[in-house]
This record gives sequence, C-alpha cells and structure tokens, in this order.
Amino acid sequence: MRLVFLKSAASLVAAAALFAGVGVSAQTLDDRVRDIARQLMCPVCEGQTVAESSSELAEQMRAVIREQLEDGQRPEQIVDYFVARYGESILAAPPKRGLNLLVWIGPFAVLLGGVGLAVRTLRRWTHPPSPGAAA
Amino acid sequence: MRSQKTAVFFAVLSVLAVLGLAAARERPPWSAPLVGHPAPDFTLTLFDGGRLRLSELRGKVLVVNFWASWCTACRQESPVLEWTWQTYRASGLVLIGVNIWDSRPDALQMMEEFGKTYANGPDPQGRILQEYGVTGVPETFFIDRRGRIERKHLGPVTRELIVRLVEPLLAAAEP
Repeated sequence: MRLVFLKSAASLVAAAALFAGVGVSAQTLDDRVRDIARQLMCPVCEGQTVAESSSELAEQMRAVIREQLEDGQRPEQIVDYFVARYGESILAAPPKRGLNLLVWIGPFAVLLGGVGLAVRTLRRWTHPPSPGAAA
Repeated sequence: MRSQKTAVFFAVLSVLAVLGLAAARERPPWSAPLVGHPAPDFTLTLFDGGRLRLSELRGKVLVVNFWASWCTACRQESPVLEWTWQTYRASGLVLIGVNIWDSRPDALQMMEEFGKTYANGPDPQGRILQEYGVTGVPETFFIDRRGRIERKHLGPVTRELIVRLVEPLLAAAEP
C-alpha cells in the first residue's frame, strides 16, 4: 500500500516537473525571441523595433528569429544574419565604434556641458566678483 | 588664461554634442549590403504549380522583382517587366516575380490584368524577402551570370533603366 502511494506520488511529481519544464522552456524561447527582436529596428516602420511592431514584416522576422533559435543559432549570429541583409541601420543601438561613437558620446557631452555651465553660473551667483577685481 | 581653457573645453563639448545628436537623429538609409555578393539561393513554388530554384539558373542573367497587387508602383512597372521578359528572354535573361505581403487571388488577378507570362510565385512566410533584405515593394535585384547581385533598385523600373542595366550583363561572357 505504501509502495503504491509512493509510486503514485513520484509519478505526479514527475508529471508536474515535465509540465513545468515545458512551460518554462516555451516562455524562455519567447523571451529570447523578444530580446533579439528588441535589438532590431523594423525596416518598414517609423521608430519601432521588430519586437514592438505589428507589421507583417516584423511578424515574419520574429518567426525567422524563433526558427533560428530553435536551430541552435546564438543571438549574435541571428543579429548578424539580419545585419548582413539589411545593413547596420537595422540595429536599434548603433555599434560603439567609428563615427557611431558620437551617438553615444553626444548626450553625455550635453549633460556634462550643462552641469559645468550650471556649476559656473551658481558660483558666479554665490561669489560675485568684487567691484575692484576687474580693475 | 583659465577662462580661455574653459571656453575651449565648452567649445569642444558643444561640437561633440551637436555631431552626436545629429548622428543619432539622422539614421542612415536602409543600405544594400548584398550588392556585390552572391545572390541568396531560394526555391519558389510558382502560381502555376511549377518550382524554380535560383541556383539552377546559373549562367543566366536574372532579374528578381518583389511585388504586391496593392502597390501602385508595382502596377506602374508591370508593362515594363513583361516587355523586359519578352525582349531579352532569347538572350539569356530570366525574370522572376516574387509576390509578397499579398493574397493569392489578388495576385492572380493582377497577373491576368497585366498579362504577366514570366515566372511568378508567392513568398507567404516572407523567407525570400528577408534573405534579400527587402524593405518595400517594388524592389528589383539584377544578378549577373555568375550569380552575383549587381544592383538593387528601389521603386518602379523603367525601360531606360532596364536597358542600361541588363544589356551590359547580357553582353558579359558566360562563366
């Protein structure tokens, strides 16, 4: 009796693990497709990634990403596949090299410049030059 | 002296900022990295039930045209494409139409309307169009006798363009 109970319990646990495992792996594949799709701009959309767009092309691209993942391709290989066909303009984030570096440096330069200007202005307000200093 | 250094520092920062923001705003147009490279192979199931494999046409000059029935520019270029096929088929040109983002009945109706007699088939899963980096319709690829993509043309083709691109490719010696 006890052995039957143990066997049943073990079967239940195994079935639950299998079920959960299938769920987790399907979810993981979806996540991986979405991660790669987020790195690619939709070629027929305005400012949307392949993950965000509901266009037919974006849908077809997501299907290709899924297939390639299922075939064992690595995410970098899949991104490279699209870059080889559409060029680097398909990348949502420009690669950090060459002139593209300006895209990354530019906003920080603006921020740094703004902070520097603010500090300088604050200093002038708090410590105005004495009237005799200019002479 | 110190204020001069500060001015130079801010000037350099400003230039970097302007260049960076301009580069971020001006995304480069969709490029055609496949031009100059071997044309990706594909098998197309034709509307008439036949099958066509690109790699089996090596030695021919190939024109691959991506189109859809709802596309006005595709309708505009249709007579030119049929003329291309009729004019150059005897010289070794093969014209292939790949119908994308369309419905089969609409595609067949347009083929009948314009009397398209060259090879035509659908790409319902969008596999071929992604292999070629297609971003819209119509797009036309000109492939030389060695199977190399010579040119990608966006928008409707004209007779002048066809003559200018196709004749040198046909004149080139077979590999």
